[in-house]
Amino acid sequence: MTIPAAWYLIVSALLFGIGAAGVLIRRNALVMFMCIELMLNAANLALVTFARVLHDVGGQATVFFVLVVAAAEVTVGLGIVVAIFRKRHSAVVDDLHELQG
Amino acid sequence: MTGVLATARTVPDVLVFFASAAIILGGALGVVASKNPVHSALNLIATLIGIALAFVEQQANFLAAAQIIVYAGAIVILFLFVIMFLGVDRNESTRIEPLSGQRPLAVGAVAAVTGGLIALMAAGGWYSGATSVIAPTDPSNDVGVLGKVIFTSYLFAFEATALLLIIAVVGAVLLARRPPSSVDAGRVPVTEHDVPVGEAPS
Repeated sequence: MTIPAAWYLIVSALLFGIGAAGVLIRRNALVMFMCIELMLNAANLALVTFARVLHDVGGQATVFFVLVVAAAEVTVGLGIVVAIFRKRHSAVVDDLHELQG
Repeated sequence: MTGVLATARTVPDVLVFFASAAIILGGALGVVASKNPVHSALNLIATLIGIALAFVEQQANFLAAAQIIVYAGAIVILFLFVIMFLGVDRNESTRIEPLSGQRPLAVGAVAAVTGGLIALMAAGGWYSGATSVIAPTDPSNDVGVLGKVIFTSYLFAFEATALLLIIAVVGAVLLARRPPSSVDAGRVPVTEHDVPVGEAPS
């Protein structure tokens, strides 16, 4: 409770950086989705930290909505991955260099 | 604002912080470094539990529970289900680089951006702004305050997320189901058993 906000914000920034690096480095679409989840969680951690140090519950409410949007995003994203896998039999994004289905 | 920060840090607080930071960052590195997608998903669970630990430490108890239930309980299971449904749980060859020099460039750019972000936050005093605009936090009545705020100040956003979830579910069903016309176009089923795997005969 008495940890400075700066410590949590540094952890949040590092987590966001690791997630961004994962999206850029990895080529499997599923792992790229997981790295997007890492970045969303970094934002959540920063929002909860701000809610604590500013004594404002608005940050926590925003985290609640981020949870819902993340669930919706994963549902649609995995649906797209399944649909692409039916066509291409691959979940590697480098194989998707053509727009035609 | 300074009232909370003025109180002394206790040893358990520091220990919990470093434990959660180690779990979060170790799990995140595992997600990126694991060659097997299943291992990535398991490392993602570690990161999510570390985040929940950090939420508890910052007195967001309801969000910690929701984090475990929604993320570790639903989203990661969905990931694992799709991984095993598609059968892509074999190792990905990370040695092949389609774009030469893309990976070192990505790591360098991300390190520069993250360092710049931390330096920017440090230069700005880490946080600023008015306190208790929506409602003050109350650690002893976490769920009550959050619920009241969501159903008053954020009611429109709450209803919009309900609509978003319905759209997402319908969209996912439409994406994942095979269109009947394309199945029948290329080939005629010879027998009644000649239906694609995973699709119920209709």
